Amino acid sequence: MYAHPFSYHRAASLEEAANLLQQLGEDARLIAGGQSLIPLMKMRLARPTALIDINFIPSLDIIQRNNGELRFGALVRHTEIEHSEAASAIPIVHDCAAGIADVQVRNQGTIGGSIAEADPSGDWATSLLALDSSVRCFRPNGERTVPLNEFIKDAYTSVLEHDELVREVVVKVPPKNSGGAYVAFKRSAPVYATVSAAAQVTLDDRGSCKDARIILGCVGLMAIRVRDAESALQGKPISDKTIQQAAEAAREAAEPQSDMRGSADYKRTLVAALVKRAIGIAARRARGEQVEAGHEYVGR
Amino acid sequence: MSDAEKIRVRIRVNGEAREAEVEPRTLLVEFLRDHLNLTGTHIGCDTTYCGACTVLLDGRTIKSCTLFAPMADGREITTVEGLAKNGNLHPVQKAFAECHGLQCGYCTPGLLLSSLHLLNKTPKPTDKQIRKAIAGNTCRCTGYQNIFKAIRTAAAEMEKR
Repeated sequence: MYAHPFSYHRAASLEEAANLLQQLGEDARLIAGGQSLIPLMKMRLARPTALIDINFIPSLDIIQRNNGELRFGALVRHTEIEHSEAASAIPIVHDCAAGIADVQVRNQGTIGGSIAEADPSGDWATSLLALDSSVRCFRPNGERTVPLNEFIKDAYTSVLEHDELVREVVVKVPPKNSGGAYVAFKRSAPVYATVSAAAQVTLDDRGSCKDARIILGCVGLMAIRVRDAESALQGKPISDKTIQQAAEAAREAAEPQSDMRGSADYKRTLVAALVKRAIGIAARRARGEQVEAGHEYVGR
Repeated sequence: MSDAEKIRVRIRVNGEAREAEVEPRTLLVEFLRDHLNLTGTHIGCDTTYCGACTVLLDGRTIKSCTLFAPMADGREITTVEGLAKNGNLHPVQKAFAECHGLQCGYCTPGLLLSSLHLLNKTPKPTDKQIRKAIAGNTCRCTGYQNIFKAIRTAAAEMEKR
């Protein structure tokens, strides 16, 4: 399949990339890993007239942990996160990184690209919204840091101005008595998830839920934060009953569309099941247990 | 093909410096097949699914249908043609042949490179690691059992070296 013709430009710095975006106009786009953009271009769902390759901008591929924050350069590949010790210390981050599509896509796709693309079925936004995350953006005349929940405005739409780039994705490391899980169900490894759910729960001294965050992916134009599910847990012990209430709230909050991945009803059922599973694993991890979680598909 | 401006792309392929003038929208797999005549890399689904087009980019597997050729300019690519040395099959190739790890062979180039990438990082993979490593490679003939056998055999063979 052939993409619409475009001119190719390589940026050596963030400044150069921003300048090229200004010069080349509204139909120019950045390309990082290209694992979302290239398929869209081949299907002619995107037809930029110019591509600005940012893969060769130095020091955008670094993972740093300091001051209770984990900072991912925009060009950090999913594979790097999967195998990073610092990142794996936050289980929900590892769950997400280790199961995105397949090895080949994880070797090439980037966290910055995934967040900037704002695909409603993307994995990163859903999992990182369960934590306090933000996006550090670069523009020639200054920088700004935008909380992730404000960064994504709509399906495939972020707050980025035309000449603005994602520089870093910043994730606040959760406290010790907190645990999270990202569970995504997909039909096979390489495809987007049918439904995904992220849960992060923080326990108090007596083991009750002090704080909870529940996020759904793939069942709306953007990831959905389910506050009713969170309040079903907050201030209470995490039990079958409260988990069930949270799962029911999530089922209600989901806005799934019927498509080739499944009917809307099927997806609602999946939402409830995955939320249950995610909360259960998150709570066990908050208690210090080692539990495996992540993407599930036939043959895994 | 349109009359879009062509650009020169230089890539080290299987250790050799290669170049061609191509439209920027040329996919890496087309660059390899149509411009360098390296037809061992197959186009299966052309939608980032099946993994038949898997090659190594600077030592890591990628799907060459999902990279524009200019993005690989100045970098190193290994294709299935680069595996055999001096007429001797690579242990991974030998194992696939001996264990009947292929039937029609269409997915094989991609599977060979995914297997090699796995074994370079993880010389003694568990079955679970093998499953995860080849989850992005679809084979419609074999049912994967013999592919597993081939990868285990190749691991043992490479260990001896």
